[in-house]
Amino acid sequence: MNSTVKHVLKNGAVRFGLSVLSVLVILAILAPVLGTVDPAWLDAINMNQKPMTTADWTGPDNKTVPYTFLMGTDSFGRDVYSRVIYGIRVSLVVGVTVAVVSLIFGTFLGLMAGYFRRVDAILMRVMDGMMAIPGILLAIALVAAWGAQLSTVIIAIAVPEIPRVTRLVRALVLSIREEPYIEAAISVGTPTWKILLKHVLPNSIAPMVVQGTYVCASAILLEAILSFLGLGLPSEIPTWGNIMAEARVVFSSAPHNMWFPGIFLALTVLAVNMLGDGLRDTLDPKFNKRGEKR
Amino acid sequence: MSAVLSVRNLSVALPTGADRALAAENISFEVNAGEILCLLGESGSGKSVISFAVMGLLPDNVRVSAGEILLGNENLLTLSPAALRGKRGDDIAMVFQEPMTALNPVMTCGDQLDELLAEHTQLSANERKAKTLAMFEAVKLPEPDRIFSSYPHQLSGGQRQRIMIAMALILEPKLLIADEPTTALDVTTQAEVLALIKTLQRERGTAVLFITHDMGVVAEIADRVVVLQNGKQVEAGTKDQVLRQPREAYTRMLIASVPGTEPPAEGITHDGAALLSVVGLGKTYSSGGWFQKKRITEAAKGVSFTLHPGETVGIVGESGSGKSTVARCITRLIDPTIGDMQLGNTRLDGVSRDSLKLARKRIQIIFQDPYRSLDPRQRVGEAIIEGPLNFGVSRNSAMARARDLMNLVRLSPDVLSRYPNEFSGGQRQRISIARALALDPEVLICDEAVSALDVSVQAQVLKLLEEIQAKLNLAILFITHDLRVAAQICDRVLVMRRGEVVEQGTARDVFITPKHAYTQRLLASAPGRGFEFATQTTSGHL
Amino acid sequence: MGNFLLKRIIATIPVMIIVAIIVFTLIRLVPGDPAAVIAGNMATNEDIARIRTELGLDRSFLTQLGIWGKGLITGDLGQSFFFKKDVVGLIGERLEPTMALAFLTIVITVVIAVPLGTLAAWRHGGWLDRALMGFSVLGFSIPVFVLGYLLVYFFSLKLDWFPVQGYKPFSDGVGPWLHHLLLPAFTLSIVYVALIARVTRASVAEALTEDYVRTARAKGLPESRVLIRHALANAAVPIVTVIGIGIALLIGGVVVTESVFSIPGLGTLTVDAVLARDFPVIQGVILFFAFLYVVVNLLVDMSYLFLDPRIRY
Repeated sequence: MNSTVKHVLKNGAVRFGLSVLSVLVILAILAPVLGTVDPAWLDAINMNQKPMTTADWTGPDNKTVPYTFLMGTDSFGRDVYSRVIYGIRVSLVVGVTVAVVSLIFGTFLGLMAGYFRRVDAILMRVMDGMMAIPGILLAIALVAAWGAQLSTVIIAIAVPEIPRVTRLVRALVLSIREEPYIEAAISVGTPTWKILLKHVLPNSIAPMVVQGTYVCASAILLEAILSFLGLGLPSEIPTWGNIMAEARVVFSSAPHNMWFPGIFLALTVLAVNMLGDGLRDTLDPKFNKRGEKR
Repeated sequence: MSAVLSVRNLSVALPTGADRALAAENISFEVNAGEILCLLGESGSGKSVISFAVMGLLPDNVRVSAGEILLGNENLLTLSPAALRGKRGDDIAMVFQEPMTALNPVMTCGDQLDELLAEHTQLSANERKAKTLAMFEAVKLPEPDRIFSSYPHQLSGGQRQRIMIAMALILEPKLLIADEPTTALDVTTQAEVLALIKTLQRERGTAVLFITHDMGVVAEIADRVVVLQNGKQVEAGTKDQVLRQPREAYTRMLIASVPGTEPPAEGITHDGAALLSVVGLGKTYSSGGWFQKKRITEAAKGVSFTLHPGETVGIVGESGSGKSTVARCITRLIDPTIGDMQLGNTRLDGVSRDSLKLARKRIQIIFQDPYRSLDPRQRVGEAIIEGPLNFGVSRNSAMARARDLMNLVRLSPDVLSRYPNEFSGGQRQRISIARALALDPEVLICDEAVSALDVSVQAQVLKLLEEIQAKLNLAILFITHDLRVAAQICDRVLVMRRGEVVEQGTARDVFITPKHAYTQRLLASAPGRGFEFATQTTSGHL
Repeated sequence: MGNFLLKRIIATIPVMIIVAIIVFTLIRLVPGDPAAVIAGNMATNEDIARIRTELGLDRSFLTQLGIWGKGLITGDLGQSFFFKKDVVGLIGERLEPTMALAFLTIVITVVIAVPLGTLAAWRHGGWLDRALMGFSVLGFSIPVFVLGYLLVYFFSLKLDWFPVQGYKPFSDGVGPWLHHLLLPAFTLSIVYVALIARVTRASVAEALTEDYVRTARAKGLPESRVLIRHALANAAVPIVTVIGIGIALLIGGVVVTESVFSIPGLGTLTVDAVLARDFPVIQGVILFFAFLYVVVNLLVDMSYLFLDPRIRY
């Protein structure tokens, strides 16, 4: 197992992805001590400041201090730098949680569908139906119904991913169960649940991890899209999508409000995708086709 | 005679990081017009690499590092890619191993020959079609017109290989390279295709470079032989020299490993109560459903036989004969449609889950593919003790037993903590045997268990099975397509065809005085039958 | 052959039924009193009661599902609260820009992605291959709206080659139509090119390792013929399949792109409907897009008949 880890870590894409993500995690954790101010605080005097402007900033405690707006302010006078740094938290939490949630549900359903023919017929029809609804639309509709909070946004983004994970796991199970080593296990009297746990699952882990990274990347994008369209988390919560949604209004005069969160968003998704591609190249060449994504 | 192909001091280099530096080292031979030269070797001998070097079709990272390849007087290695391309298909043609995949599935057979003619000749469309149809006739394809507009998947394996041969020979090349052209075919089809290649080659005076691992095929078809091992040329000579008076130890070992086509001696007859008795076993598959006509396939029908302790019963047959279906029904990996199966006093069919579990312990199976029959993520030791643990044996005593079993199958007990990818095919098959024996079975089913192994390894595994059988008084059900193997190891034999047993009897009766026409045809098709190899003791009287 | 078609057509029925059930259930997911939530803060009790009856929230789930299903079959998707219009008519009005955008995007994508992917597979590991793979992972990572604004910034604001936003219908002439649509279509095609080029590359590369390609080379055929007639022809099925599956991705992208470029299509309609909590419109649009997806994938299945003789016979 240790040699597998070493083999994976030799891959350039994996190294790039992991490095960028580690930096982001550190930034997210240390956000309060990185020279940031309250990201939700509206300071009417400092509306639409250009990047690198230094001005007096009056905080929630009514104290006025000189402050350099590294990335400028938005049209409500909020500090974009603080919002971008705090925005890492939402993106990473959404990405990771959605990946974990959809992997757990998808794996369970996929194992059931792959191993029990009766479950398969009904379950896969339902999954086909869910896959026919474009993921963004399903997520939008679910958020519209449930209202936008962190938990509902996460579930709404996870739901459209579940059928994709289910399909992958089912395909894996169907192919693994044809392997002679499964028949050998049956012959030595291993019960079905043990075969699933001891043979099928370990041989599915690698493609599932790869799929997990792809789900994570697309979840981060989807959350940003929801916020950007004004359908996601409330605008006072600092998310990259929210910053960009506000940047639209002043785009021709202050395009930098679009670029800073945009760069962070693209870089984050790129890092996750590179990690996924690197893992796929080093762990498993067969099952993760990009076509099955999203 | 003038040499059509001369290979001189050829070396082919593998990319750095491969298991050896040279795929082929200092190889020299000539193929003359009108003769068949066989390159004989086991897997990894470099025989295919040499053929691709001649064709100029080596993969990008593999290159010729020394020597020359002359076609007539022209050195193929110094030709421009375009000039070499002009020779391929025209002066040098090739037939490959897998007829199922060597033809383009989305192009009609006619078009696949037509594009060859269009590339290398000035013929008009009508002339090309006429020439193609005539060639189809020459390779004895039925209804050439229909075949012309058929897609490959609509034809049988034998027919596809005929298409390949037609394609290779239509431009009357000077040299034909045949890379294991009959290995994927059933034995009766193989005999037909070998005969066809030989006839056409004699008629046209084509030089043939024939690559094979099969000693029987060499005996059948070769004029001269080059023996290869690990990329080195071991010996070369006429067929009689090499197969009857081999000079080198490796060649002698190879020849000694080839099982004879006749059972060695009268086997011991096993009387008394049968351990396993199968009566009227049948398995039908039905496909189709709402929208299609229901199609019923009888994979096995009315199969009956008995198996005694210490006895080896063979089931032989070609692909689709139902021999593996029988094995899988007995182990209940699939459920039989009809029939009774009894193991000692226990019924195997229609029993509850628990009693099936107990019965399974007594019947164990070894599969064909050594690379897929062990879980790649499970340590070898864990695989061997998985069965005993299922039946409540403690981990410690199961592990102790696993160490004994490793000794029994001639592997070191120290390797139990390794993963399967660290072992060769033959070693994996030994591990599979150990895993099967861990449950102390009374019946061992070998489903083509040595078919994927090189002949020298195959001989070792067969010897091991015989030893174990003698030691443990195991009953063995041996499923194989290989008549030579069956003749050597079985006491009694069942011959199956299209799901039915056409003949059964003692190995000597079936192999020496076959009664059913199909058995006779099957035996007559075995390549090299009747050829006296050097060290084989059995005489080849017909 | 007939069997194959019939089977595929019949297989779409349960899919559409399940889509319909999911879409129908949506409104019942609204926590608390859906009618009150939909009516908003300013609504009177009468408004709420009226909405409740209109949406059938006062009836049982199954009864209402029956009524709703009947409406679906007769092509009645209900009335919009916000636009005060028939939903089917509303979708009809907004159809052209969306279809035009999607169509142009697919054309741009196929023209760029398939040749690039094929060449990359042919020179596996070469500079083009590596460049394409790098581009493709970037394409998957840049959010479509960020890309849209980037392009607007350079090509519209700085260079003034294209309008910043808006749409001109096809009836105004091809020139203005294309002028308005080119930038959005290009924006949208980037992720799609990344997808299709990747799949083309993988499928062609796989086909190139097949025995029949070796046969074709052994026949002395020129590389162009080996590549197109043998490798690409065999890779066509997976490529077309992904074009079909990618429709879902494309539709998602349409919603965002329309919003960025203010194109009055179904995407903007969706966003407006969600902001207004206009559930009949949300349901209608989702049903329509799912139907579109199913139809496109049915067409893809039918194309197999031409691409792969093993299915034909």
